[in-house]
Amino acid sequence: MVIGQALNRVDGPLKVAGRATYAYEHWDDGPPLYGFIVGATIGIGRITRIDTSRAERSPGVQLVMTHHDAPAQGSPDLSIPFEYWRAYPVLSSPDVHHYGEPVALVVATTFEQARAAAALVDLEYAGGSGSYDFAACVDQAYAPDNLIFGILPTDTAVGDLDAGFDSAPVRIDERYTTPYELSQPMEPHACLVVPDGEDLIVYVSTQIVDAARASIASTLRIDPERIHIITPYVGGGFGSKLRIHSETILAVFAARALRRPVKLALTRQQIFHLTGVRPTSSQRVRLGAQRDGRLVAIAHEVTMHTNRHSEYIEPTATTTRGLYAAPHRLTRTWLTPLDLPRGEDVRAPGEAPGLLAVESAMDELAHAVGMDPVELRIRNEPTVDPERGVPFSDRHLVDCLREGARRFDWERRPATPASVREGQWLVGYGMAAAIRGHFQAPTTGRVRLAADGTAAVQSDMTDIGTGTYTILTQVAADGLGLPPGRVRVELGRSEYPVSMGSGGSWGAANSSTAVHRACEALREKLVTTARNDARSALHGLDPAGAEFSGGRVSIGGVSEALSEIVARNHPEGVEAEGETLAMTDDPNYRDYALHTYGAHFAEVGVDADTAEIRLRRMLGVFSVGRVLNAKTARSQLIGGMIWGLGAALEEEAVVDPRSGAFVNRDLAQYMVPVHADAVEVDAVVLDGFDDKANVLGAKGLGELGICGAGAAVANAVFNATGVRVRDFPITLEKVLPGLPPMED
Amino acid sequence: MSGSDSGATWAASSGLAGGTSTEVERGRDEFVALSAITLNVNGRRLRLEVDTRTSLLDALREHLRLTGTKKGCDHGQCGACTVLLNGRRIYSCLALAVMHEDDEIVTIEGLGEPGDLHPVQAAFVECDGFQCGYCTPGQICSAVGMLAEAAAGWPSHVTADVSSPRIALSGAEIRERMSGNICRCAAYPNIVAAIRIVSEGGPA
Ligand code: FES
Ligand code: FES
Repeated sequence: MVIGQALNRVDGPLKVAGRATYAYEHWDDGPPLYGFIVGATIGIGRITRIDTSRAERSPGVQLVMTHHDAPAQGSPDLSIPFEYWRAYPVLSSPDVHHYGEPVALVVATTFEQARAAAALVDLEYAGGSGSYDFAACVDQAYAPDNLIFGILPTDTAVGDLDAGFDSAPVRIDERYTTPYELSQPMEPHACLVVPDGEDLIVYVSTQIVDAARASIASTLRIDPERIHIITPYVGGGFGSKLRIHSETILAVFAARALRRPVKLALTRQQIFHLTGVRPTSSQRVRLGAQRDGRLVAIAHEVTMHTNRHSEYIEPTATTTRGLYAAPHRLTRTWLTPLDLPRGEDVRAPGEAPGLLAVESAMDELAHAVGMDPVELRIRNEPTVDPERGVPFSDRHLVDCLREGARRFDWERRPATPASVREGQWLVGYGMAAAIRGHFQAPTTGRVRLAADGTAAVQSDMTDIGTGTYTILTQVAADGLGLPPGRVRVELGRSEYPVSMGSGGSWGAANSSTAVHRACEALREKLVTTARNDARSALHGLDPAGAEFSGGRVSIGGVSEALSEIVARNHPEGVEAEGETLAMTDDPNYRDYALHTYGAHFAEVGVDADTAEIRLRRMLGVFSVGRVLNAKTARSQLIGGMIWGLGAALEEEAVVDPRSGAFVNRDLAQYMVPVHADAVEVDAVVLDGFDDKANVLGAKGLGELGICGAGAAVANAVFNATGVRVRDFPITLEKVLPGLPPMED
Repeated sequence: MSGSDSGATWAASSGLAGGTSTEVERGRDEFVALSAITLNVNGRRLRLEVDTRTSLLDALREHLRLTGTKKGCDHGQCGACTVLLNGRRIYSCLALAVMHEDDEIVTIEGLGEPGDLHPVQAAFVECDGFQCGYCTPGQICSAVGMLAEAAAGWPSHVTADVSSPRIALSGAEIRERMSGNICRCAAYPNIVAAIRIVSEGGPA
């Protein structure tokens, strides 16, 4: 079995040698022109005058485009459930909907010229009065009519929450707030567009090729077949590249207008306003429990911001639906419209902010009833999905909790908060549970066997750092009985079979299942061919017992090389396709609740004088069904855990209440974890196989690591200091006033 | 047209860098101030003409097409653009190309190539010290520069005894010294593991 092994990334040598080419880096089509976006400097209002003459006279400038001369564009079709496939109009009117929105595009011979000329576009605005302050506008929240992502209800209720909560002897009723956060992948959002006759070749940094193609085509109102997406390597996405944004649409406009290759990357500052943001949230969590910790009521009510013109509902309250047993339950989702950049998916949309709140509240309950937080969770483990009543497919949350507690030496946790001091450091332990739904979407993969016995896997699937190239190599190697070195995986091109891309942690399972099925179909073809081929050693044999290994197929004691079968019968090669169903067509999604699970454990030190918080170590134990590659799986989980650390302690985009601009819009001021923060982080995955998920037993894990990780850190801060901060991130000034008095 | 005015201004400023400046007509009414410079990149002596505003990073990426060096922020805040300049690691986005006449630059492409990787590159593959790979060339160049700094006895913020001529590269030392290189995929633990393999002279 190659599946599951800790195979090194097959694209690793290219990446570490700087030979993997990202969107902005393709030179095959000759020197491109360079685009630069001019962004609005008001938060809401209307452009009253644009004078492009100075910019147009600036050296090297080839084009200055504004709403006056941008092409006519399609508008978003709201009936498409996932908005990534919808049109994305840019420069379509003089109206400004949020700070930084593109108001002009400058294209010049060089990057320096385009950037300089962009500063010469003269604009006047009539500013309106916008709503930018979430806290001040939270009373304007409304209950959205739409389903979340077209599938999930915004609100649910079981039993009688209020009665159940009121009757509970122990009650936690707290409000938690989480800030604006951004994906901020290291590769900026970038695009190179090459006109090719009436067609467009689009090198773009994107997570979903098919969505990029559809969005460009419906914006331009042209046939999607005219668009050719190429994206072999993507420098991270974390949700912000699920859809294409203005960089792509504007590069497309310019390339069509100038009939020249044009490339355009957002600046790091522009990324803050032009690629979507995780909405800020205010979350009320109510936990009503017996004195033994058993929950009788659990309610999670969430209000988040949405851009007024582009509704986005983050599935934050949904997180709580499958987590713990309790007879009386409620989840509710409200939106507060603001004139800020659009809400979009940021890694683990919903679970990341939702579990910060709920798993903090569980820690508060454990403290209130005087229980070990691990035991509290085990006590509230449900036997069936507590809302839907269906069985869980493969739930191992308790195993994760117990194994994590054992490995972390959880029993050494200080039972009393603020009771352990080592030198200047107050030391505390915290933990939290993790849960995330496992999703599935229609995906096709193709496997082609050549006459030399090598296989090529083709899919428009992307590898955004997730390890797709490597795991599909492993799946095809097992599927055809080939050594991994004889499998080549080709991804990220729109002429390949359509996948649902990388997002929602579903890419690995969707694509692996499709490729596995393609291999099955190909094996079938090969044995049938051999049986009917008089020149084959396998001629006339019953293919039922055929085995594929080492590049050969054997039946009984007789075997033949795959290359020989192919060379004789299909000198051009032979291929097959395989499919993964939509979850709505898969009865297992009706009959079972499919999730992934985990338990996080963190130890922090808090400086007794300054309240500086330092992670000391962190461990996550996870259950994800079967692991496709032990090495890349662990990397994904560790990465997610460090995101959780960032959410707990660092990340926060701060809004200027006068303009709606994110004032800290760069990587020096929007703090993300760096090496020095990520101390001793490790992840362990339990052996498993979820036979309800798919034929390979595998579930997604790209987002699971972040789920609950921040709460474990927050709970450790409480354990260290006795200070409970409910307004994330937990920064020094929020902890300092509550610290024990300084010693003389 | 106004283009020639600004061209003259750039020509004057590029003179400060010691390069030769030319004003090149490029059709329409464009005048571009270019400076001819020579860079030694990965052991090759290369002449190029750059806009005086061109960063060393863009000279590498857009002129020499050495796109292994990445642009993450263009503002000295992420480390993706790290290269070795005369043996020391720098952010190439914070340097103008015209400032580096005759300097020796090593980029990720000069450290090794697939099939013949530098020990740090090989250790990154083995330890999975990356995911998307975009910060990776910068991390690797930074690690190579950092190992040389430590070998030369340079202390860091977390060095307990700054007078000691020998630096023991603990996990804390490596993390501190590598904190100028952001990895949003957060491959940090694996990057540190890769660097430790090399610094401890283990298999790479
Ligand atoms: S690109 Fe130079 S530090 Fe970010
Ligand atoms: S590997 Fe993706 S940013 Fe470091």
